[in-house]
Amino acid sequence: MISFQNIHKQYGRVKVLNGVDLGLSGGGVHTILGPNGSGKTTLIKILLGMVIPQKGEVVIDSKIVNGKWEYRNDIDYLPQIARFPDNLSVSELIKMIIHLRKKSNRSEELIRLFKLEPFLDQKLGNLSGGTRQKVNLVLAFMFDSRIIILDEPTTGLDPVAVVHLKELIRKERLKGKIILVTTHIMSFVEEMADQIIFLLEGKIYFKGTNEELRAKNNSKNLEHAIATLLEVNHA
Amino acid sequence: MNFFKSCCTILLFILYPILGTSQPITVCSTCPLQSIEAAVSKAEAGATILVKAGTYQEHDIAITKPITIIGQDTPTIDGEEKGSIFRVNADSVMISGFRLKNVGFSHTTNYAAVHVFESSDFTISKNIMENVFFGILIERSKHGEINGNMISGESDAEFYSGNGIHGWNSSHLMIFNNKITALRDGIYLEFVDDSEIAENESWGNVRYGLHFMFSNRDNYYNNEFRENGSGVAVMFSKFINMRGNRFYKNWGTASFGLLLKEIYDAEIEENDFYQNTVGIKVDGSTRISYKRNNIRENGWAVKIAGGCYTNIFTQNNFSYNSFDLSYNSKMNDNKFYENYWSSYTGYDLDKDGIGDLPFRPVKLFSYVVNRTPETVILLRSFFVDILNFSESVSPVFTPDNLADSKPLMKPYQ
Amino acid sequence: MLNILRYSFFDLMRSRWSYFYFVFYLALGFALLFLNNSLPKAIITLMNLIVVLTPLIGTVFGVMYFYNSREFTELLLAQPIKRSTIFMGQYLGIAGSLSLSLVLGLGIPFLAYGVMLSGEITNFIFLLIDGALLTFIFVALAFILSLYNENRIKGFGYAILIWLFFAVIYDGLFLIFLLVFENYPLDKFSLAATMLNPIDLSRILVLLKLDISALLGYTGAVFQQFFGTAMGLFLSTFMLVLWCVLPVGIILRVCKKKDF
Repeated sequence: MISFQNIHKQYGRVKVLNGVDLGLSGGGVHTILGPNGSGKTTLIKILLGMVIPQKGEVVIDSKIVNGKWEYRNDIDYLPQIARFPDNLSVSELIKMIIHLRKKSNRSEELIRLFKLEPFLDQKLGNLSGGTRQKVNLVLAFMFDSRIIILDEPTTGLDPVAVVHLKELIRKERLKGKIILVTTHIMSFVEEMADQIIFLLEGKIYFKGTNEELRAKNNSKNLEHAIATLLEVNHA
Repeated sequence: MNFFKSCCTILLFILYPILGTSQPITVCSTCPLQSIEAAVSKAEAGATILVKAGTYQEHDIAITKPITIIGQDTPTIDGEEKGSIFRVNADSVMISGFRLKNVGFSHTTNYAAVHVFESSDFTISKNIMENVFFGILIERSKHGEINGNMISGESDAEFYSGNGIHGWNSSHLMIFNNKITALRDGIYLEFVDDSEIAENESWGNVRYGLHFMFSNRDNYYNNEFRENGSGVAVMFSKFINMRGNRFYKNWGTASFGLLLKEIYDAEIEENDFYQNTVGIKVDGSTRISYKRNNIRENGWAVKIAGGCYTNIFTQNNFSYNSFDLSYNSKMNDNKFYENYWSSYTGYDLDKDGIGDLPFRPVKLFSYVVNRTPETVILLRSFFVDILNFSESVSPVFTPDNLADSKPLMKPYQ
Repeated sequence: MLNILRYSFFDLMRSRWSYFYFVFYLALGFALLFLNNSLPKAIITLMNLIVVLTPLIGTVFGVMYFYNSREFTELLLAQPIKRSTIFMGQYLGIAGSLSLSLVLGLGIPFLAYGVMLSGEITNFIFLLIDGALLTFIFVALAFILSLYNENRIKGFGYAILIWLFFAVIYDGLFLIFLLVFENYPLDKFSLAATMLNPIDLSRILVLLKLDISALLGYTGAVFQQFFGTAMGLFLSTFMLVLWCVLPVGIILRVCKKKDF
């Protein structure tokens, strides 16, 4: 159970989150949608403790986690842009993260899945964007944590890798994990999401299932529903 | 055997008048004569008085005839701070082998462990003098030898202490191998001519280790002056020869190893100036030659002020001084050449051992420090280096012709 | 923290910059010994250089490393590790590797020259400690600057500026102040002003070694007490350590509030 309580965040004079209250209960795929700059990534980073909110609390299992760090043992995170130290090799990076977390892992299985074996000894600075994203995925899925956060997971992936990724997510969902995903890809949402959260101008505008969203806006598909939501609120 | 006998006879014959006609007069606590004063008054001219070990409470023992007084196993004469201990007013007197302690203190009279006046050919040797006001005081006397005495006071301020060896209006003194500490001046010579001061050690004195005033034609060599208020002051004197002395750690405000004030025709050679606040301080002196001295790790190696003429510095080693030279005077005909300067950064392309660029020992910053002493705290800062460098590139404040035109690349051996 | 320290340290040890720094000191050491041909002279020159060079290299490398390791930092932030641990680890990693380059780079030529057997060994060790302390101080200052500035060009500019300020400008202003107010008692002021600049502080430590004779020529009682007793050495070292600790405290405070 994760809940955000009255989260306010502004960078300088720009308000990014304006009193977000959000509860994510139970396992399943929770997707966060919203236009660019609506605060999706900021919200995720607040959950991770990378961004410090001006106001509000993040509560996991009825414990306030702001300023703490131990709770991140239960979280796997896939950052939006795969940025790594350039002069480390892939295997060194993986080893390092394993060393830091000291948890059992399934890195080898994932390396095979994404066919990363040939790149293991290459420096991260020399990898293509897609390969880096695969390394990024290995790091995110190799520990068996209760909460998985994926920030734009499909960026730069080839279709085969996307299929593998979806499979991975489905498997994790079956284990009853809380999976939090931000994405722009509507088909991904339609296919995977148990719950949709719509974030606009720093506020939650909608929270519910795919069906609920479509019913509310009288739309036949998700894209329409979202467009309607945007039009109504900008009118 | 015969030869030996005849030799002895001849020797006795020669020595007879010197040894005197009588046996030495002995003084001890169980002897017929129990006081030195009594022995002295009984002795005839030329007599020898032998004083055995023990402590004698006596003072102002007047000696007015040529006699020899010898302490055996260092007897102590305690003056009980009542006055001088010996007062010598006769020629050919010798005092040797005593421990003389507790000389009186007075604002009006100069009491001393041994006071010699209007006498000649005296010898004062191998005495230990403790808690003295003056140690050995010599007035209007000549041809004396002061040798191997250890003189100490208990002074920590100038006004209530006297000098270790004080000479006034005398000549031909030989002051050798004495150790002097905790007095005002270790050795003070005023109007003392044609004298030699050698192998003495003078340390921890309140004012100077050695002090010349109006004295001419004196030599001092191989002495050590350390941790005095200041090392040696030579003032208003002529023809003083200073050689092989060691001036160490004379630290403090206005402290120096050697001060020259209004002196003429002196030679300063092969001395070692080490860790003094000012190595040599020169104030209005003329025709002085500074040769082969080691001047190392002083605050200022040499400070020159006042009207100075024909001072020549050559073959000296200036090593690791905070400031090499402070020069507050006209250049005149003073010369610096062929010295070694550790702060010289030039090169020697023709390999003749002499730097190809002249060395300017006066830094702009030393002017700044002279004007505002607190700025010394910025010594060695990058800013000051930049300041000194720009001044050396185009001198504005420092005299252009003040330079060692032939700096040595290696220390003079 | 040890893990982070280890990764930063080895990351740096592998980068060509620490080699560059190491080789630079190696060359400097050999050059000084060769040119001066005398151990004490080389050490005196080095003392003058160290108080200016280590702060410059510390700030520049500190800022550079901070910006370049931003990815690494972000990666670590998402891991179950305390923030202060991450930044302390990185700080100690870089300051440690720079100090190691300094110690090895200078140590090798001087050891080869036989510094161990000379009377200069204490001065030499003292010099290395002084340089290492300055490195720790200025890397910390560089970290603070980078934490406050997202823009790396700006951060870099400030780093150079802060070095220039402490190494040159500060002393210039200090000197002008002393000259302008020369009619007032200034010894307390000058000691206080010295305490506020880490470069001046370590320079004072050098002065205490090399120029004690000159320093004792000054009349002020405060100076006499400071330089004439162990107080000077004690106080300067204490202040230098304080200069190490305070910026680290600021790093810890600032890093808690920063967004990534």
